[in-house]
Amino acid sequence: MATATATPRRAIESGVPDNKQYMHPTLLKNYGNWKYHDRPRPGVLHHVSYSGEEVWSVRAGTQRQMDVHTIRKLCDIADKYAEGHVRFTIRSNIEFMVADEKKVAPLIEALTTAGFPVGGTGNSVTMISHTQGWLHCDIPGTDASGAVKALMDDLHQEFIKEEMPNRVHMSTSCCEINCGGQADIAIIIQHTKPPKINHDLVANVCERPAVVARCPVAAIRPALVNGKPSLEVDEKKCICCGACYPPCPPMQINDPEFSKFAVWIGGKNSNARGKPTFMKMVASGIPNNPPRWPEVSEIVKKILYVYKDDARPWERMSDWVERIGWPRFFEKTELPFTKYLIDDWRGSRSSLNASAHIRF
Amino acid sequence: MAKKMHPTPMLDKLETGPWPSFVTGLKRLAKDNDMMVDLLGQLETSYETKKGYWKGGTISIFGYGGGIIPRFTELKDESGKPKFPDAAEFHTLRVMPPPGMHYNTDILRKLADTWERHGSGLIAFHGQSGDIMFQGARSDKVQDAFDEINALGFDLGGAGPAVRTSMSCVGAARCEQSCYDEATAHRTVLNNFTDDIHRPSLPYKFKFKFSGCPNDCMNSIQRSDMAVIGTWRDNIRTDEKLARAYFAKHGVTDLVNDVVSRCPTKAIQLVDASKIPTGPSISAVKVSDTQAIAIENRDCVRCMHCINVITGGLSPGKDKGATILVGGKRTLKIGDLMGTVVVPFMKLETDEDREKLVDLGRRIVDFFAENALEHERIGETIERIGLVNFVEGVGIEIDANMVATPRTNPYVRADGWDDEVAKIKAKKQAA
Repeated sequence: MATATATPRRAIESGVPDNKQYMHPTLLKNYGNWKYHDRPRPGVLHHVSYSGEEVWSVRAGTQRQMDVHTIRKLCDIADKYAEGHVRFTIRSNIEFMVADEKKVAPLIEALTTAGFPVGGTGNSVTMISHTQGWLHCDIPGTDASGAVKALMDDLHQEFIKEEMPNRVHMSTSCCEINCGGQADIAIIIQHTKPPKINHDLVANVCERPAVVARCPVAAIRPALVNGKPSLEVDEKKCICCGACYPPCPPMQINDPEFSKFAVWIGGKNSNARGKPTFMKMVASGIPNNPPRWPEVSEIVKKILYVYKDDARPWERMSDWVERIGWPRFFEKTELPFTKYLIDDWRGSRSSLNASAHIRF
Repeated sequence: MAKKMHPTPMLDKLETGPWPSFVTGLKRLAKDNDMMVDLLGQLETSYETKKGYWKGGTISIFGYGGGIIPRFTELKDESGKPKFPDAAEFHTLRVMPPPGMHYNTDILRKLADTWERHGSGLIAFHGQSGDIMFQGARSDKVQDAFDEINALGFDLGGAGPAVRTSMSCVGAARCEQSCYDEATAHRTVLNNFTDDIHRPSLPYKFKFKFSGCPNDCMNSIQRSDMAVIGTWRDNIRTDEKLARAYFAKHGVTDLVNDVVSRCPTKAIQLVDASKIPTGPSISAVKVSDTQAIAIENRDCVRCMHCINVITGGLSPGKDKGATILVGGKRTLKIGDLMGTVVVPFMKLETDEDREKLVDLGRRIVDFFAENALEHERIGETIERIGLVNFVEGVGIEIDANMVATPRTNPYVRADGWDDEVAKIKAKKQAA
């Protein structure tokens, strides 16, 4: 007997939802009409409208990968203390808006009691923007949520206080594709050996010309291995970028021993003062040591606290290094400057010192 | 009651310390969700072996080609069976957030309830492209989960070679530095590209991002193929009361060190209150009875620094709009690229203005679709073919704001020079 096939539901291609339906009423009422803001205390922003209306935003850190119970807990707090509206920041902090100053202290109390640190505004170390890592990524050299949790435990005080010279944005990425993004301090796992090829699988799994085309240094070429079509890598040319691995998983790039962490500093997207800057590699060869990655934390904290002591007000990490110079940066942080930190990629001469500008 | 928990001695160590722990969240879910029991088992294995165990695949919902990130376990026993079968499929739904990521508790609870019913109960607010990441659904549950999320007014975002999900800053909703209606621009542009979001067919990803001012809180310049960054072209506005309040709190040392000397183009000067310069491009404000600051706006590059320091005392001008930059990206395949200015200023006040923005985006995406090599971002296409070929191909006029400096190398065939000069002169005369 034939059964009727249920018609599958067609998606409503509604696109980006209208945010006005969810927005705090004071924000909605003063949309585009704000005059200035100040920061009464770390983690709290106070905005004043031309209409005279005011709003206080309380920012709290989250673990980003949240279970529904945590989300409901945050909703309970928002309903009881914060007029039922929230928003998230690009670094996975949550913000609660209240139109009455009296509501700020109880809200902070409720968040802190529930285990959500209040901070991350102004000159704080913000929550680390990060990638998926072992939890969900298909090409991760390490975990991201775990490394971030370990480091944020160490930097908790710097999140809840505003004691840095300027804001410090951090990111963590579980491979060199660096989905975590540019940051004042970025932590990125780095491959240090060429891919290990499983020649039995390449022909079945990989579109070989696509893999060849993807290699940025033309180190990959088609080859017959044991009578089967496969690929080979010129290991002298290979820069271990891992670009071949996503389209060709039998070219395993991650290695439990030889995938190491690198630390980068001085990235800034804001145009404030100088033009936006890319971050620069300052350390490499750091072991990938779960569950708490102590070696990475140690280097990050060293850089962070040298910056905190040495930079002047408003200097971001990049502004600070621009003033003191790279030799002194390496001297002060006690990080070794090795030949691997001198760029040799296309256009790299623009990163060399073509001047007699030397600090002594 | 879920199955018995696997031992997780390494993950357990991430439950101590003051920062909220995702492990505690996973364990709470695992109390009544077998998938999370096994997810914890696989994750613990990764912590032990330092290896990842997910591979991709193809899963989509009816009518769409992208937006789901499929994950199948590769952690299998000798007979090829998954070691943690209840988490053998662990797909993510990428869902586009409202601009500025505003929510009320009612919608958050509904989204959470849906995901508890159909998925793992784990949600990331938000992924690095801005999506709400509903992490962990079995293949047979993806459609049901999407149907409910879609009925709540949310739609899938981009994945693969497609227009990707966008982000915009809090902007006009709460920021005095907002230079256009970011949320409306974000929705207008993205909702004109829904087909390119849901049905991947471009050479590679294409991202739009919207920041309301040059502070660029969305990091659009480094992380998007087309960055829309708010700016203004008239004079910085001043408010004496707030400027005086800053000075009263900070004094002349801070004013000089933190404001005047940090101006990147030296456009700002400390002046005697009795000798304030005047002129159509000067902004000046008294900070005390004897001292004032004066800004020559023609020298100002709209960096935001002085406005950030003396919030409200100095503000963006009134003639607002946006600068459009194209080609930002990180790493693969030729390394980092910043976005390059292609339109120095564009008004974004009316629907008609925004239509022009959509049209520009469409021309750029079309050019990208036709001219980029596979797996090449638009910034790399520009690097390969040169900016002039790009802007002429897209139909944008050449502008001196597009360069940091004119060319330094002499190897150019300039026999079309006179024609170009004549064209520019004719255009000027016609204007």
